[in-house]
Amino acid sequence: MKREWITGTPRLWVRYPVPIAFCSGCQHASALKILCELVEEMGIEGNSILMAGVGCSTMAAMLVDFDSGITAHGRPCDAASAIKRILGEKTVVITWQGDGDTFAIGTEPTLHAAARGEKITTIMINNGNYGTTGGQLAPTTIMGQVTTTSPEGRAEPQGYPISVAELLANLKGVAYSARGALTSPANYQRTKRYMKTALQKQMDNIGYSFVEILSACPPNWRLSPRESLRWIEEKMIPQFPLGEFKNIDRII
Amino acid sequence: MGERILVQGNEAVGWGALAADCRAFFGYPITPQNEVMEWFAREFPKRGRVFLQSASETGSINMLTGGAMTGVRAMTSTSSPGWALMQEGFSNLTAAELPCVIVEVQRGWNTTRHSQTTYKSATRGGGFGDYRTIVLAPASIQEIHDLIQLAFYLTDKYRNPTVVLSDAILGQMMEPLEMKTLDFGPLPEKDWALTGKATHKDGKKRFTPIAYGMIPTPRYPSLLSFWKGYEEKLREMEKEIRYATYQLEDAELILIAFGYVARVCQEAMLRARVKGLKVGMIRPITLWPFPAQIIKEKASTGADFLVVEDNLGQMVEDVRITVEGQAQVHLVNCLARHLPTEEGAIYPEKVIEKIESLMEERGR
Repeated sequence: MKREWITGTPRLWVRYPVPIAFCSGCQHASALKILCELVEEMGIEGNSILMAGVGCSTMAAMLVDFDSGITAHGRPCDAASAIKRILGEKTVVITWQGDGDTFAIGTEPTLHAAARGEKITTIMINNGNYGTTGGQLAPTTIMGQVTTTSPEGRAEPQGYPISVAELLANLKGVAYSARGALTSPANYQRTKRYMKTALQKQMDNIGYSFVEILSACPPNWRLSPRESLRWIEEKMIPQFPLGEFKNIDRII
Repeated sequence: MGERILVQGNEAVGWGALAADCRAFFGYPITPQNEVMEWFAREFPKRGRVFLQSASETGSINMLTGGAMTGVRAMTSTSSPGWALMQEGFSNLTAAELPCVIVEVQRGWNTTRHSQTTYKSATRGGGFGDYRTIVLAPASIQEIHDLIQLAFYLTDKYRNPTVVLSDAILGQMMEPLEMKTLDFGPLPEKDWALTGKATHKDGKKRFTPIAYGMIPTPRYPSLLSFWKGYEEKLREMEKEIRYATYQLEDAELILIAFGYVARVCQEAMLRARVKGLKVGMIRPITLWPFPAQIIKEKASTGADFLVVEDNLGQMVEDVRITVEGQAQVHLVNCLARHLPTEEGAIYPEKVIEKIESLMEERGR
């Protein structure tokens, strides 16, 4: 088996003179590293634009070394749709969002961009809570999960989590929808493949593409980074199974 | 001379935008501005320009944010409830220094009929933060067409959204329009636009956050530096005052009105002149920046003011602040409409009645 070095900083990662505020064990950084590698490997750094919303995902817009912007909370898919339609097929437009940004405050833009079949790619980092604000209940918080706004654990009063990747796969405008995790080298490579396919769907001008990534949030989960990975495997993946939910080459 | 057509106010928005080389329109249906977005849906795609219907006005303004980030001329239009939904977007557009045009075809509170109730939120900045936008108030179909072009120029000049404040009556009525492209002079290059790293002369990444200050950038390393920069921009934008005056020379009473009400007041003024009453008029074309200087001058020469506006009294506050107690400031408001139903409008008769009683008092 070919062994690959998966640590280190990608070339398309802006170096700041100050530490960048991803917490230790946060997998936003790991997922963003994959995106930077892919943009380099696919040769699209000159024509890619990343839109981030508000949350921990905001930092992605600062960190990628290609054109980027920050929109209102939840609104990257609105801005990305406009950008893509104005600049056209030659431009690759990516939205980088958390779960709340994508499917709580951002439900309308995400759902409608997908329904319109916008040729954009959304990467949704699912860490089951609002990280930046200190770990509140998110649309993806799993049943029983304790957050600062579901202190007894998520139950009937809070309602049920949304499986975004499966939901979006039902929409006609969607060309690709998948869910990955970064809990092992195998999952890491599989997620990278999903993200690459998603970008390729956009570049082939097929339709909307979406990848959800289960991601550790150790400080808010009150777990160590290693325990967080185990928690994803044991608790999150049964609720949010990994895999491709839609992969088509033509919308008819 | 340009081609002359007979056109509705809402469609004049489209022709003005086309003359300004607007490239993208985003909108959501709402009465009484539907003809605006329907015009764009009909005329833009066949010209290779972008028309995109959003899923809400919040969507429109955020699509507009993305559109503006690419550096092309882009706009949206809405009516009062949609305007309210867009306010967060204004805060972000001003914070990100993105140029774009927003047309507000005001309606009456939450009825689908006319009013001028957006004056306050348009001139003060209805969202969060510390911003203002230039607000242009047309009073004819020709002026809608021309001010849309000016709005695109001003927004590019200051990298700050510009508002064109129309209303249901202007939007729905028809008048002849001479189509012409207006030239306001050169503008700075949009070197900041997001178009892909390979398209930039220096080959370096461009970054457009809606939160300058929170995120340090070379342009604004801190919140205070952004604030300082914005203050300078406000001082520059404050110089863009535009207004029209009518028979001010000997006027003892000066009407102040904008939009459709200014047309009504012009008629009232002319009829008052026939009766020998020395009445003049100031019509603010920019509601912000407000034409304070001319009002102040006239107040110091002993003229009094009658503000006429189709709301409970919003612009009248600016006039009172301006005259600083040096002149009397009176008001004819929406309660003077000729019918009690929502079809009612301010007609010249009520304005003349008020003029006559005020002039009589002055004479005593």
